Amino acid sequence: MTILDTPTTGQSVDSPLITIRGLVKYFGDAPLYDGFDLDIARGRIISVFGPNGCGKSTLINMMAGLIPIDGGEILFGGKTRRETRIGYVFQNYREALFPWMRTRDNIAYPLKLMGWSKARVEARVEELVASFGIGFDLNRYPYELSGGQQQTASIMRALAPGPEVVLLDEPFSALDFEMTLFIREKLQQVFMETGTTMMLVSHDLEEAVYLADEVLLLTKRPTQVAEVVRFDAARPRDLDTLSAPAFIEAKRHSLEVFQREVRK
Amino acid sequence: MSADMTDPAPLAAPPDAGSIRALPSRAQARRRAARERAVGLLLPVVGAVALFVIWALVAQMKLITPILLPGPIPVLATLVQGLAGGKLMMDFAVTVLRTLEAFAISAVIGMPLGVLLGSNEKAYRSVEFLIDFFRSTPASAMIPLFLLIFGVSDFNKVAIAAFGAVLIVIFNSAYGVMNARKQRIMAARVMGASGWRVFRDVLIWESLQPSFVGLRTAVSMALVVVVVAEMFIGSTNGLGHAILDAQQVLNVKLMYAAILATGILGYLLNILFLYAERRIVHWSGR
Ligand SMILES: Nc1ncnc2c1ncn2[C@@H]1O[C@H](COP(=O)(O)OP(=O)(O)OP(=O)(O)O)[C@@H](O)[C@H]1O
Ligand SMILES: [Mg+2]
Repeated sequence: MTILDTPTTGQSVDSPLITIRGLVKYFGDAPLYDGFDLDIARGRIISVFGPNGCGKSTLINMMAGLIPIDGGEILFGGKTRRETRIGYVFQNYREALFPWMRTRDNIAYPLKLMGWSKARVEARVEELVASFGIGFDLNRYPYELSGGQQQTASIMRALAPGPEVVLLDEPFSALDFEMTLFIREKLQQVFMETGTTMMLVSHDLEEAVYLADEVLLLTKRPTQVAEVVRFDAARPRDLDTLSAPAFIEAKRHSLEVFQREVRK
Repeated sequence: MSADMTDPAPLAAPPDAGSIRALPSRAQARRRAARERAVGLLLPVVGAVALFVIWALVAQMKLITPILLPGPIPVLATLVQGLAGGKLMMDFAVTVLRTLEAFAISAVIGMPLGVLLGSNEKAYRSVEFLIDFFRSTPASAMIPLFLLIFGVSDFNKVAIAAFGAVLIVIFNSAYGVMNARKQRIMAARVMGASGWRVFRDVLIWESLQPSFVGLRTAVSMALVVVVVAEMFIGSTNGLGHAILDAQQVLNVKLMYAAILATGILGYLLNILFLYAERRIVHWSGR
């Protein structure tokens, strides 16, 4: 076993992991999604970028099964949401972790839900700790940790069961710059170790491109895919990536598409 | 490093720089902090001491006739005597017991019921009016009714206090569950928690803090009702009885002492619940 569980699936690497077909979602009378299609390949980081209120959060909440859909389907390697292990990282870590549990128990919670034995849970948490190289005390309660430490714990919790997909809704928005940089690198490192498919909503275009294999650009509502911009730079990406011509071009192009969509 | 790092130029303004005040030294700062701490500890007693002094002066100068207002010293002496093994101690103990009994009944019934109702919003909405109505009805208005049902028994006082308190507990626990942070519930669900696990691992915990507010209010309510019941439901003991009895025989010192004892009891109960809340709901407000 690798440091972090790689999901085992019988599917070939080429078939898309997530397929969204004819997705429909209304709030009241106004359509948010009205026939939305999307394929997401396995083992990629997808950044989601789009105008305010275009439905980024709603999209990943529907994928996570937290909001019902009004039509269409969302499948994960042909499986339904129920049959799929999904990790979710909220922007607001304060209200995502359980303050009545110690941080260690928070991270272990999804494993306990799956009915793992104590020893197995213990071993898995230690594995995560080693992989993340964290330097804070997991026996503290979440509210005793800094924001960045709490969000790190949230990410560890999301990754603990070895999910097939991790969904992240603006995970850095509530963090200061230093913590953002730190966790961004952790995320990239985890991705390189495990190849876990990640879908990350970001409102920072530079960050979106920096982390992504594909930047999913959305239109205003009723929301469609405006364009999927590929960015193939090798990993690990670092400061030099930010000044590489390919990065600058991907970012410039994304911005262009975004501005075109916002003005429409 | 620049050259001026080695330059011993004075960092602080020269002492004669008129308008600029010199920074306090560290020892001064420490002394000031200690003084502020001491003041902080003393402030809460200021009001009490002031009241005591005014009371003493008013009694001394006989601004109010001594039949109505004895001085604080004899009252306190009566209080201490009474509580240290006198009749007042028995009354105190009886009232504590009744209040705690009523409270325990209301907590044991109210918390689970409130949590259950709160986790099924339709169920709560269907009894919301009843709860709000009887919560708004002064429990004392129900005393005659309870007299009919339970007679002049000892349990009557407990029952009616429990009735007043239980509605408060139900209300707060139910709202605690209904106002549980949606994102915590979502987090549990996304990890695959069943409805039962969400209830057990999230809703109950989320409701704890508001439940404690309910319990604290409920114990105060129980005390109020118990004291009233002790006055008017043929009682032979309890602080309510002690107060009324002392008044009837114009033993004003004892009456004041019993009132103070009741106040002390209410205050202690409140403190106790605040403390328990802080220990148990350790994450509250953080
Ligand atoms: N429960 C709801 N009821 C009604 N309208 C809603 C609801 N949830 C979301 N909406 C609307 O749907 C749209 C999409 O919301 P969503 O939060 O998904 O947008 P977003 O792209 O994540 O926005 P942001 O950039 O602000 O994070 C918004 O216009 C919002 O007002
Ligand atoms: Mg959003």
